[in-house]
Amino acid sequence: MEYINAFWVGGLICALVQILLDRTKMLPGRVMVLLVCTGAVLGFVGIYDGIKEYAGAGASVPLIGFGHALWIGVRDAVDENGLLGVYLGGFTASAGGISAALIFGYIAAWLFEPKMKK
Amino acid sequence: MEQVKGSQSIVFKEPPYIVSSANIAGCKEGEGPLGKYIDSHGEDDLFGETTWELAEGALQTQACQRALKKANLKPKDIRYLFGGDLLRQGIATSIGVEQLQIPLFGLYAACSTSGEALGLCAMAVAGGYGEYMMAVTSSHFGSAEKEFRFPLAYANQRALSTQWTVTGSGAFIVGREKSNVKITGMTVGKIIDMGLKEPQNMGACMAPAAKDTILTHLSDMEKSVKDYDHIITGDLGYIGSEILVELLQKEGIDISKIHLDCGKLIFDKETQNTNAGGSGCGCAAVTLSSYILPKIVSGEWSKVLFVPTGALMSTVSFNEGESVPGIAHAIVLEHV
Repeated sequence: MEYINAFWVGGLICALVQILLDRTKMLPGRVMVLLVCTGAVLGFVGIYDGIKEYAGAGASVPLIGFGHALWIGVRDAVDENGLLGVYLGGFTASAGGISAALIFGYIAAWLFEPKMKK
Repeated sequence: MEQVKGSQSIVFKEPPYIVSSANIAGCKEGEGPLGKYIDSHGEDDLFGETTWELAEGALQTQACQRALKKANLKPKDIRYLFGGDLLRQGIATSIGVEQLQIPLFGLYAACSTSGEALGLCAMAVAGGYGEYMMAVTSSHFGSAEKEFRFPLAYANQRALSTQWTVTGSGAFIVGREKSNVKITGMTVGKIIDMGLKEPQNMGACMAPAAKDTILTHLSDMEKSVKDYDHIITGDLGYIGSEILVELLQKEGIDISKIHLDCGKLIFDKETQNTNAGGSGCGCAAVTLSSYILPKIVSGEWSKVLFVPTGALMSTVSFNEGESVPGIAHAIVLEHV
């Protein structure tokens, strides 16, 4: 059941974003920023924790989950360090994702050559 | 002053000839509707190089060398070379023509560069500044995506209104030596900016410029649409072409029956997934050299107005919120 929930929630998020890409004039960069901000805001109002519990990776893997992770990091760091946490928490919480993207991106660039689109 | 016509046009007293032309294109263009007319196309789009920019340079080198060979000329026979491409500082042209060692005028007019280059070649020949001039332009899908959209390695999705940059290059030798095609006149375009801010929809940015140049051309030359077998725009694609026809219709001019667009000719949008059509400096140049000129040479078409169009997009000014200016140049090509 958790696989099914992850699948449909993750799929729904991607489908909604695909509509933005196809039906609006928004460029991909702007759509990505929108997702990250949405995740942070949904975290702040306390909605996203529930969604993440329900859908697991379906909610944490899309970029919106990254925004949520940033929010969690900032919240916890503020609890611990006070106002300084605003600057500390985001990077601490997202370090795993960012480092993994860099390292795997580097390995991929090492192994494969960019090819022409068909 | 009798060669000057109207506000923006020239009619040559002694029209220069297009002595020879050559073209080379990528795999996708080779598989497209013009594939059977294109001189040669590569197998991997890198053309033996290691980067897309070097590959684009190689395209220019090969197009120039072929054009020279067809005309039985050596690089030193060419007085001046007018070359351009889409990349910053015209780097593909610099890379491509270095080994030819022909005095160079580097041009930037985005996808309309082939028109600007041909016009300048014709003026230089008509002015007596040399026996032969050469025009060359190129574009490459890989280098253009990197410069203007996203590098191919990023693997983004393409919007439906985006055009597909043609991988290819066309070279033209213009001179006094007689051939079957002469450049009898030209109209130089102005910057037309209607305030569009869509880098994914270049056709719409360029259509008003094409309209302005065509209208000015007809009034400068005191001609009507009937005087031409075809009016062929550079790379408006499907969306831009529709807008152009509509804009001219509002002015009481119907070009729908004789209008062709290189961006529509070069790819098959049904089978090739090219969305709004082809674009790029190579699009108009390859189509002119491979498809349009042979038809004028054979006499199937006797008079064509070739109007390459350019969206002068700067990624810097675009990121600063500015719109994309357009330009179009018109060249009159006639069968002899």
